[in-house]
Amino acid sequence: MKTRSTFLLSTLCFGFAFLYIPILVLVLYSFNDSPLATVWGGFSFRWYDALLDNKQILNAALLSLKIAVVSATCATALGTLAGLTLNRMGRFRGRTVFTGMIAAPLVMPEVITGLSLLLLFVSLQELTGWPSARGANTITIAHITFSMAYVAVIVQSRLASMDESLEEAAMDLGGHPFAVTRDITLPLIAPAMLSGWLLAFTLSLDDLVIASFTSGAGASTLPMVIFSKVRLGVTPEVNAVATIIIGIVALGVILAAWLMFRQERRRGGGGDS
Amino acid sequence: MNVESKQHTNENSAAWTGAPWKDPSQSPFIEIQSLHKRFGDFTAVDNISLDIYRGELFAILGGSGCGKSTLLRMLAGLEAPSAGRILIDGVDVTELPPYDRPVNMMFQSYAVFPHMTVEKNIAYGLRKSRVAPAEIESRVREMLELVQLTNLEQRKPNQLSGGQLQRVALARALIKRPKVLLLDEPLAALDKKLREQTQFELMNLQDQLGTTFVVVTHDQEEAMTLATRIAVMDEGRFIQIGTPSEVYEYPRNFFVADFFGNINIFDATVISSEPGFIAVELGASGTRIRIQHGGVIDAGAAVMIGVRPEKLLISKDKPTDDRYTVTRGVVEDLAYYGNRSIYRVRSQEGRIIQVSAQNSQRSVELAMEWDDEVYLSWDSSSSVVLQK
Amino acid sequence: MTGAIRHGAAGRLWRTTVITLPYAWLLLFFLVPFAIVFKISFADPIVAQPPFTPFFDWAESSPRRLLATFDNYLFLLEDKLYWVSYLRSIRIAFISTLLCLLLGYPMAYGIARARPPWRSLLLMLVILPFWTSFLLRVYAWIVMLGKHGVVNNALLSVGFIDGPLQMLYTDAAVYLGIVYTYIPFMILPLYASLEKLDQNLHDAAMDLGATPWKVFTDITLPLSMPGVIAGSLLVFIPALGEFVIPSLLGGIDSLMIGRTLYDEFFVNRDWPLASAVATVLLFILILPIMLFQRYQQGEES
Repeated sequence: MKTRSTFLLSTLCFGFAFLYIPILVLVLYSFNDSPLATVWGGFSFRWYDALLDNKQILNAALLSLKIAVVSATCATALGTLAGLTLNRMGRFRGRTVFTGMIAAPLVMPEVITGLSLLLLFVSLQELTGWPSARGANTITIAHITFSMAYVAVIVQSRLASMDESLEEAAMDLGGHPFAVTRDITLPLIAPAMLSGWLLAFTLSLDDLVIASFTSGAGASTLPMVIFSKVRLGVTPEVNAVATIIIGIVALGVILAAWLMFRQERRRGGGGDS
Repeated sequence: MNVESKQHTNENSAAWTGAPWKDPSQSPFIEIQSLHKRFGDFTAVDNISLDIYRGELFAILGGSGCGKSTLLRMLAGLEAPSAGRILIDGVDVTELPPYDRPVNMMFQSYAVFPHMTVEKNIAYGLRKSRVAPAEIESRVREMLELVQLTNLEQRKPNQLSGGQLQRVALARALIKRPKVLLLDEPLAALDKKLREQTQFELMNLQDQLGTTFVVVTHDQEEAMTLATRIAVMDEGRFIQIGTPSEVYEYPRNFFVADFFGNINIFDATVISSEPGFIAVELGASGTRIRIQHGGVIDAGAAVMIGVRPEKLLISKDKPTDDRYTVTRGVVEDLAYYGNRSIYRVRSQEGRIIQVSAQNSQRSVELAMEWDDEVYLSWDSSSSVVLQK
Repeated sequence: MTGAIRHGAAGRLWRTTVITLPYAWLLLFFLVPFAIVFKISFADPIVAQPPFTPFFDWAESSPRRLLATFDNYLFLLEDKLYWVSYLRSIRIAFISTLLCLLLGYPMAYGIARARPPWRSLLLMLVILPFWTSFLLRVYAWIVMLGKHGVVNNALLSVGFIDGPLQMLYTDAAVYLGIVYTYIPFMILPLYASLEKLDQNLHDAAMDLGATPWKVFTDITLPLSMPGVIAGSLLVFIPALGEFVIPSLLGGIDSLMIGRTLYDEFFVNRDWPLASAVATVLLFILILPIMLFQRYQQGEES
């Protein structure tokens, strides 16, 4: 028994070291004064200053944020409807195809999704004249498509663990199906929708391959710019970008953990179980 | 460790006889010596010593969290004691891992392996001890017959009922012919009807095999019907050890008395202690009685006199027999159950006394009604002194 | 399921809306695109905008001529480049999955056996990197493994090696990158199935004479198979089509099909051939994706 726990413990330690050391190294080197990004030349903020002057990166970041906000919001709306369809709408024709279309984007290689969407946009343009140009709009549509599947899965699993009798009671009391969804279901799945939004936001902000396919000339998202830079090797400004992103994520996670902790304590103090 | 090979002969002949715990020439089969188990600050088992004899069906009875399961798990080797020793058949097994002990266990949840068939489940123990395939096969067949599961051997656990799962678990634990079979709440997961039937099957099985059984349960009825002896456990200690009738008729204190069904309490004061007896004066009526009791209690001490509901007589007229202790009360409530009636009577001391009366005659009207003044009486020998 | 409920007209309208909106979106932007990929994979490349021949020749009115060609697929069969890419992708994805399993299983088991307050913390630590940028996490390994990278510097200063090792732009770096970025996908389903495991089964096996290792092979491992399968598929499928990791960490010759497809499309601008590459990749993936879906539905019920 003892030897096994030691084995598990050391694997855990190794695993977490493996997961976190590269990230920490990245953060550390973002404060490195030396332009040879892997030689330590003293502490400095110079790459952050350089970042502020780098119009290309700043514009790309702004574009990425815009796309991420819009696509996450739309994906949450559509994904929630999809979740409701999977878990509250009973049987309907084409359900199997629908569940397939929800599950497939989760594992579909990005190159395929990207290529297929680009070919769709090209064909649509040929047939209808829309979209007249590819750029932020086409990237947004692509991001909505693959991240709504993630939202749908999150919402659906929340619905599955939720007692349907709440909605039945509301309907029994005279609630119109739409009103029941609005007054009962949506407030109850709001936390799932929020985590779905956050996930969709992150996925959009993070995506390189699909954006590369669906973007047109001139519209470069942050990952596209970063990719073109790091393809050539270590780039100190990218270390700074990484540190900023890691800082925001860490802050968000600490905030979420604190909120969860507070909620749990309130619940623990209030009820008996 | 190959435990089962040398057991072929021994236990079937050791049929259950008498009360070995009273016979000083008998040596105990399981010896638990000053066993402790602490989890951090919490003491689950607190200095327990116990002898169990060959062929016993010993029950450890207690509420949840009393330490009974921890004790059982230490016997199985699934939990290491903080201090103390365990000997089985003269061998110290304290340091042995579970897979080297001549002990098998039937788990409360049955823990039937969900990915194996009935047959594979039952054969598992023998496979692990590298018994020859031919022998495994014949012994599995034997076991299937014993627990009446023949024809179900190819089923998976999710195709079985609760009662069938219980038998698989039992067969699986018995097939290695363990010196001791541990049963953790063996009947708790069964519904009432099945429980009664299985109870008798377990007893027959134990009788047939002669294996020593140690049962852990929270159900006093289960313990009473199954066991040769019962240990009542609370907060990691044994409160009382005795045969079912001993713990029922002569509970040591209120906790034990209350655990085994209802008991009515009358307040009394000790007058004097004599060898084997204690003389008390009942609080309300001033009646003096002598009650069987082993120990000595100081004169003037307040004690409780306990009488079981079925030992009480209820009547409108004062009983004349002078062996009876008599007190008075008012009927507050009554319930008719067909074969018997339950009366709730407020005694002179203000306690609620419960009386269970057999309805031996078919009477259209009940003898007693609400608010009737009644006499409660009992044979002095059926009361017991309970210390607070 | 509420299929049996009879709704009024308004209720039906709401129901139809809920189902139709996401359904239509996915049909248009997920399913139809695949049909187009499939169609274009039978076209000929031309220097035009768009750079491929139409499926039907609309200009010549009657009879409508089918311009499908199997040339692209034949080319895939003939040219060694594609063969090698597919096989290498499968091999790299398979080995990476195995490595993920080897590291992920004990980690998931350790987390599942930790005390509950620790459990959620450790689980959060597994998920946390997932929220930071995937691209940047891959990039971190360029910093780690480069010629003057952290690992080489460390080894040199300790004196284990005399000159820098070539670690970046090798297959080993690709394995490392895949394991690093995809291991949360392995750990999470493994944890879910290990955490559900009844400790009593473990105890029962041990009570019946199984040593700890036997308990693991007889009970723990078979009962956690759903987690093993789900985790492996969640790593294998995306790893097979991976583009970023081989592009950034792999050598020039370390061809994976995702990268080949990308180059075919952007560098050679041969859209029909890229479509054929994608179609074949999709066919390779159909089996694992269907396995994954079956697992997901099994979890739901």
